[in-house]
Amino acid sequence: MENRTTREIVIPGQPLEGPGLRPGPGTFSEGGRVYAALLGIRDERNGFVQVIPLSGRYVPRVGDAVIGTVIDLGPGHWLLDINSPYPAPLHASESPWEVDYGDTERFLRIGDVLLAEILFVDENRRVQVTLNREGLHKLEGGGLVQVSPSKVPRVIGKKGSMVSLIKEFTRCRIFVGQNGWIWIDGDPEDVRVAEEAIRFIERYAQAVGLTETMHGFLERKYQKRAV
Amino acid sequence: MEDIEHLEKGMKLIDEKGKRIDGRRPDELRPVSIEAGVLHRADGSAYVQWGNNKVLAAVYGPREAHPRHLQKPTRALVQCRYNMAPFSVTDRKRPGPDRRSTEISKVISEAFSSQIFLEQFPRTSVDVYMEVLQADAGTRCAAITAASVAIADAGIPMRDLVVGCASGKVSGVVVLDLNKEEDNYGEADVPMAVAPRTGQLVLLQMDGHLTATEFEKAMDYSIAAAHKIYELQKDALRRRYSVSLEELRAKEPNMPPEPEEAPKYDVYHDDEPGVVE
Repeated sequence: MENRTTREIVIPGQPLEGPGLRPGPGTFSEGGRVYAALLGIRDERNGFVQVIPLSGRYVPRVGDAVIGTVIDLGPGHWLLDINSPYPAPLHASESPWEVDYGDTERFLRIGDVLLAEILFVDENRRVQVTLNREGLHKLEGGGLVQVSPSKVPRVIGKKGSMVSLIKEFTRCRIFVGQNGWIWIDGDPEDVRVAEEAIRFIERYAQAVGLTETMHGFLERKYQKRAV
Repeated sequence: MEDIEHLEKGMKLIDEKGKRIDGRRPDELRPVSIEAGVLHRADGSAYVQWGNNKVLAAVYGPREAHPRHLQKPTRALVQCRYNMAPFSVTDRKRPGPDRRSTEISKVISEAFSSQIFLEQFPRTSVDVYMEVLQADAGTRCAAITAASVAIADAGIPMRDLVVGCASGKVSGVVVLDLNKEEDNYGEADVPMAVAPRTGQLVLLQMDGHLTATEFEKAMDYSIAAAHKIYELQKDALRRRYSVSLEELRAKEPNMPPEPEEAPKYDVYHDDEPGVVE
């Protein structure tokens, strides 16, 4: 599936040639030609050319599951940092609790970590998140690992194959937010291996056959421990 | 800060063969090297060595603009800080912002504002920090060149990279990229910044006097040089992100990389004890 020759790194301002190509995300057109707007990897599909970013902040999209930390409290809402340019409010009405006005601190405090979903993003890029979906909740204990949002698909793998693999070996609870924050909880030794595995993916994100490589990596890690 | 002494007797800025005091031809650049992604805490960073200039640039954002009243409801701000380290010049520079660095920060911020897609990030700020570690004339151009690589490294969308380059007049000859002596004892210094793809000028200043023809020659020199530096910038960005793939290819193609060597904690966690075996 992956065609290596198309994995070309482009630089902002670089022309993206191709007959009849239309500008997709991460590009712009000027004088009838399409150029890259971002530093990233060139990708063509369905007549559109896009640039997949290699770095940068998370751009919220409706329906994304993200991991956020509470950075501020209001009388009727909490403010979450979701690694995007904007903090995202979580309104009391979007939480599973009956919150009295001014009583938000009883439920969530500054520093708490949540698995939340982007509820909406308006044209001014104002974001709101919700906890009122299945599987969304506060994450107790554990720790956060941060990767670039553009590497999240590789960390998750096809149909979650990569995280499942890591979970299986390390017996950790892992949640991967689309915003590049990853929450891991388990035995400290296992958490360490899981974190190492994620750093491995981050470093070799462009590589082909990463899941198989990861299998070998984890096997070796645990073999060594067993000895 | 500037030396007001006179040039030593018998010393010529341009010799009989038309060579400059550091042996360059009038249209020759000093050696330039650029490295992207040198700082781990910043969203993007770059380090530039330009002759004896050493400049470090770091970029954060787009992030919420502070103080809040500066926020623009429809677009992002570009907040730049150009700063010279106390040890960057021969006589210790008094630390802190001064009239000169405030002005340079302002013009650099305007130069980048024209190339970044600011309207994509309303109410935020892109913070650009440029630290001059060693100065040898042309620091603002080196700073712009570094900052532009750092902005691209931070994944911020822009129309083109920006390249800074100066030219001027020394002993009656128009020259490219003045060094310290030429800047101090020469007749004119014209720093500029261009977006090489369109040739758009985004910064232009002049210290001293030039005739119209001299000015045009100076501009031609700078723009030609900007294209050379542009290639170095692009190369630095490509190098930054193709490392892992090359490393992987260098090893046997079907063998998984040795886990003992592969995941070095180069991002975020390099200072945590006990993470690396």
